[in-house]
Amino acid sequence: MNDVLVLAEHLNGELKDVTFEMLTHARVLADAGGAKVAAVLFGSGVGDLAEKLTAEADEVLVRDHDGFANYNSAVYQPVLADVIRGREPSVVMIGHTAFGVDLAPSLSVALDAPLATDLIDLAVEGTDLVATRQTHGGKVNERVGFGDAAVRLVTVRPAAFAPQAGSRGGSVIALDTDVPQEPAFRRFVEYVEAAAGDVDITKSDVVIAIGRGIKEEENLAMINEFAELLGGVVACSRPVVDAGWLPKDRQVGSSGKTVKPKLYVAIGVSGQFQHVAGMKSAETIVAINKDPKAPIFQAAHFGIVGDLMKVVPALTEKITELRA
Amino acid sequence: MKIVVCVKQVPDTAEADVKLGSDGRGIEMEGLPLQINESDNYALEESLLIKEDRDGEVTVITLGPESADEVLRMSMAKGADEAVRLADPALEGGDAWAVALALAKAIGGMEYDLVLTGCMASDDGMTQVGVTLAEMLGVPHATYVTEMEIGDGSVTVGRELEGGLVERVEMSLPAVVTIQTGINEPRYASIMGIAKAAKREIHTKSAADLCLDAGEAGEAGSRTKLLKLDYPPAGEGAEILDGTPSEASAKLANVLKEKGFA
Ligand SMILES: Cc1cc2nc3c(=O)[nH]c(=O)nc-3n(C[C@H](O)[C@H](O)[C@H](O)COP(=O)(O)OP(=O)(O)OC[C@H]3O[C@@H](n4cnc5c(N)ncnc54)[C@H](O)[C@@H]3O)c2cc1C
Repeated sequence: MNDVLVLAEHLNGELKDVTFEMLTHARVLADAGGAKVAAVLFGSGVGDLAEKLTAEADEVLVRDHDGFANYNSAVYQPVLADVIRGREPSVVMIGHTAFGVDLAPSLSVALDAPLATDLIDLAVEGTDLVATRQTHGGKVNERVGFGDAAVRLVTVRPAAFAPQAGSRGGSVIALDTDVPQEPAFRRFVEYVEAAAGDVDITKSDVVIAIGRGIKEEENLAMINEFAELLGGVVACSRPVVDAGWLPKDRQVGSSGKTVKPKLYVAIGVSGQFQHVAGMKSAETIVAINKDPKAPIFQAAHFGIVGDLMKVVPALTEKITELRA
Repeated sequence: MKIVVCVKQVPDTAEADVKLGSDGRGIEMEGLPLQINESDNYALEESLLIKEDRDGEVTVITLGPESADEVLRMSMAKGADEAVRLADPALEGGDAWAVALALAKAIGGMEYDLVLTGCMASDDGMTQVGVTLAEMLGVPHATYVTEMEIGDGSVTVGRELEGGLVERVEMSLPAVVTIQTGINEPRYASIMGIAKAAKREIHTKSAADLCLDAGEAGEAGSRTKLLKLDYPPAGEGAEILDGTPSEASAKLANVLKEKGFA
């Protein structure tokens, strides 16, 4: 097996967790295949980040250049394609993030290489690599092969692998690959931070989160009453924000907020990984869902399988009784 | 402004007990409601808003079986002008690469300023076709878009990144934009619209019409190979508090009390 290449992702001077998660798993693959782990780092003024990566990778390939000051897939793609052509790694790992999803498919066309996305596992099986990904909202696992391709591209689901701190002491190698000017056809303009709202759901010890299972906006009244009883704030999954029932700052998940309350109650939330990413570290997680196969029951500590329209009022009543 | 919207019909499995087919390569579709993929519905709405705002023409395109005509008709009922279905068993069963190639062959032969897709299909979760299509067409792309403003020969979009941070990007047209949910409020079709759309023609194209040979289409044209589907291994999972809603709630109330919440 040739190298396992991991593309480092960073923003505002910080490497993303998914980079370390990928490096940890890259080590498993490389050991199984007798290969090396190489991290690729593009950025502007990223010397310290390169140093950090040496603990995890055998080689850290760095292209430090002004052209990488802001992320633009139209700049990243041709440079990364050059690096890959030069080194012919067996597999290139990219995070399944807003960054990776914008980049990996175009890289796959440029290199004519197969791409499997959103992996939860990747394993060496004989001389092949086999990917595992999820379909149908986490209810099915799909195993995917790469045919006889020499270079395989994958995007890896954040938090799919537990990161382990390494002590490899790899070497930093400065690349001199050509970095093109930002093309006129796609220009970075600016980053805009999400506006802060009146309630900060990250500050509450108790978070009561609703999902699409709530069905009607008017059912919010019942949830508000329940949340008030427990002294918690009401948060939600993305579809509830999309429907306009709660403001964006109440959304929990990868494109919303990350919360770590003492108690998280998920009501009518199916538990897609984008949602779980924002609440999995809560101390106690309770799920109420009518579908016993809903993935949220894998993230939760306690669950009730049932109709939330019956369970929430019953629970409100029982808690009120206990207090009386 | 000529806009092409790629749409997909998907089964709604959010509340379903999903069963694998006996060949382990697909799921049992019987009894699952079929619908337009969620983010595609937002893409369609965005195209209709642009059309209303500045004179445009909207073509919806799908690759899928005959049942997918329903999604195309509903799109026309809402205001799309033309509908195309890539209708050929040879095109089915492909990975994102094969699907994007068929779409690229079809769209490459049309006049277009903007191609919109949903950002992710809720069934296969690939998040891949839009960008692959853009690269095959040789036009710029942006993903996860929650804001869009058309300029003069250009489009400025807001891409939603992790944590709700928005990255604004300007692109020249033509371009491919993959739309994230929540960008607008999708409309419902009117009864009149539905009645009219029922009579409209849906253009169909075969693999041969797209000049795709057998090795380029469907499973044979795929770069990744589907090996097998499985049920996810049952993890440790939650402790299920059972009984009637009232019994289960009493148990949960006690747990919450023990932990000091109730
Ligand atoms: C790039 C990207 C970023 C995303 N970011 C986020 C994010 O930050 N946060 C987020 O939440 N999502 C996010 N999503 C969306 C995510 O993929 C899911 O679509 C979403 O989390 C689903 O929300 P849900 O669980 O409320 O709805 P569904 O998946 O539709 O689930 C509804 C659940 O309600 C249950 N239910 C229905 N009726 C009842 C009833 N009467 N009683 C009890 N239970 C009932 C059903 O069994 C089902 O499990 C993102 C997606 C993408 C592509």
